Amino acid sequence: MSSMQIGIFTVGDVTTDPTNGTTPSEHERIKNTVAIAKKAEEVGLDVFATGEHHNPPFVPSSPTTTLAYIGAQTEKIILSTSTTLITTNDPVKIAEDYATLQHLVDGRMDLMLGRGNTAPVYPWFGKDISKAVELTIENYQLLQKLWSEPVVNWEGKFRTPLQGYTSTPAPLDGVAPFVWHGSIRTPEVAELAAFYGDGYFANNIFWPKEHYIRLINFYRQRYAHYGHGTPEQAIVGLGGQFFMRRNSQDAVNEFRPYFDNAPVYGHGPSMEDFTEQTPLTVGSPQQVLERTLAFADYFGDYQRQLFLVDHAGLPLKTVLEQLDLLGEILPTMRAEFNARRPANVPDAPTHAARVAARDAALNEEVSA
Amino acid sequence: MTRLVALSAGVGEPSTTRMLADRLAAASGTALGGASIEVVNLRDFAHEITDAALTGFAAPRLQHVYDQVGAADALIVVVPTFKASYPGLFKSFVDALDNDALIGKVVLLAATGGTARHSMVIDFALRPLFAYLQSVIVPTGVFASPHDWGSAGEGTLQSRIERAAGELASLLAGAGSGRSKDDEIDLFSETMLSISQPD
Repeated sequence: MSSMQIGIFTVGDVTTDPTNGTTPSEHERIKNTVAIAKKAEEVGLDVFATGEHHNPPFVPSSPTTTLAYIGAQTEKIILSTSTTLITTNDPVKIAEDYATLQHLVDGRMDLMLGRGNTAPVYPWFGKDISKAVELTIENYQLLQKLWSEPVVNWEGKFRTPLQGYTSTPAPLDGVAPFVWHGSIRTPEVAELAAFYGDGYFANNIFWPKEHYIRLINFYRQRYAHYGHGTPEQAIVGLGGQFFMRRNSQDAVNEFRPYFDNAPVYGHGPSMEDFTEQTPLTVGSPQQVLERTLAFADYFGDYQRQLFLVDHAGLPLKTVLEQLDLLGEILPTMRAEFNARRPANVPDAPTHAARVAARDAALNEEVSA
Repeated sequence: MTRLVALSAGVGEPSTTRMLADRLAAASGTALGGASIEVVNLRDFAHEITDAALTGFAAPRLQHVYDQVGAADALIVVVPTFKASYPGLFKSFVDALDNDALIGKVVLLAATGGTARHSMVIDFALRPLFAYLQSVIVPTGVFASPHDWGSAGEGTLQSRIERAAGELASLLAGAGSGRSKDDEIDLFSETMLSISQPD
């Protein structure tokens, strides 16, 4: 059903609209996020993912609260994160929160882990940023245990030991939420994803593709090294961003003030240079479609494509229009991605498929 | 053939900083008995350097310069003195380099200034920067003040250029610091190994 998942991810920034100087309140931004997620389901997208931040100008500090609220108002869309901070969150609480979410939405969720790069967040949560990679590894190894072993005895460097601890609730159907690992420059994260046979996600937003290809290829090689399949069978997700209008010149004119004042790249390169050098596409739906399909030429056939659409101060109305346009090219995008995918490249992960795979493996053991 | 890249951070046109870079490059080529020499004016990349400072990646033209720098056997760095230090444009260029791009790279440092009283800029500003970058710094730095361009006799600019070029050639003939940028992902670091050995 979900051989290729296409969706959106939000950073959750509160940014002033440069065209009129208005800034949404935190309340408006949070409610807008919900409206965007519901719209994503309405136009047929497969995934909605929210970031996690603990400092202004960002609002999403409590992803599972927001995702559960969205989950109650949607039926099909997979709820995910971009990213859940594996460094500063207690893995014990991640295990509980996301397993609870998994039960509430009947498995219609997964999560993406990331380190987070805002230096003060680490000390605010009692952690040391110079240990970020070690925290990522230890916390994830513990999270894996919490979701796979009924009673956990554990001792590590960064948190209180656990003796006779049982994480509740246990994962739905005994199958833990699928985990993606997001990273754009840390080989250890790619290695972690490869060792556990998890997914690997490159945000593919701000830099030329060459910056992402190296680690994706490393992850694919290591995925095979650890016996999960061939390099082509590794589970890869990519970000991307666009602004489209039916007439490409309209898209260019309308988006330019947002681009020129955007928090990340504003006041730097021209929009023309940036769109040429990075995956950002500003143009017609056909241009977005063609540019996105070409990602698979560079990174290999992959399983999940997430777009950033609600940023840089774009008003809600515009974001919803962007989703309508994405919805129009979605069937073609999905069909083209699926058509080019060789039969041995796995489908995007879903809870139902993972339960079925687990059951099939158990049956094989029983009959053997 | 030995590859030399000379970076000139002068912003004027014509530029005495560029003149000094050309002379150091030529003298180094001679001292090496031949070298491929590329002289780069950072001014020509001013927009790309500012963009890279904001976006975190270099546009293709600037990336080409970084690739040349990475592939060079030795660098010649020549800066004008602005407010007792190197120009901000030069620092922005260095800021957008990979962290380990210049490890073990032989670097000859030189500067121009409006007065000889700036001559310590090489030792007080440039040398600490390249020490941080873990380069192998040529002992003789070459500073040129206005009167150097018209002086003759003992200790002239030309003799200092040749001394520095000779030192550069000598360092390149040896083992350097024995270190260089390593592009390989280290699969056997303690941290990397800990991933596949949970518990």
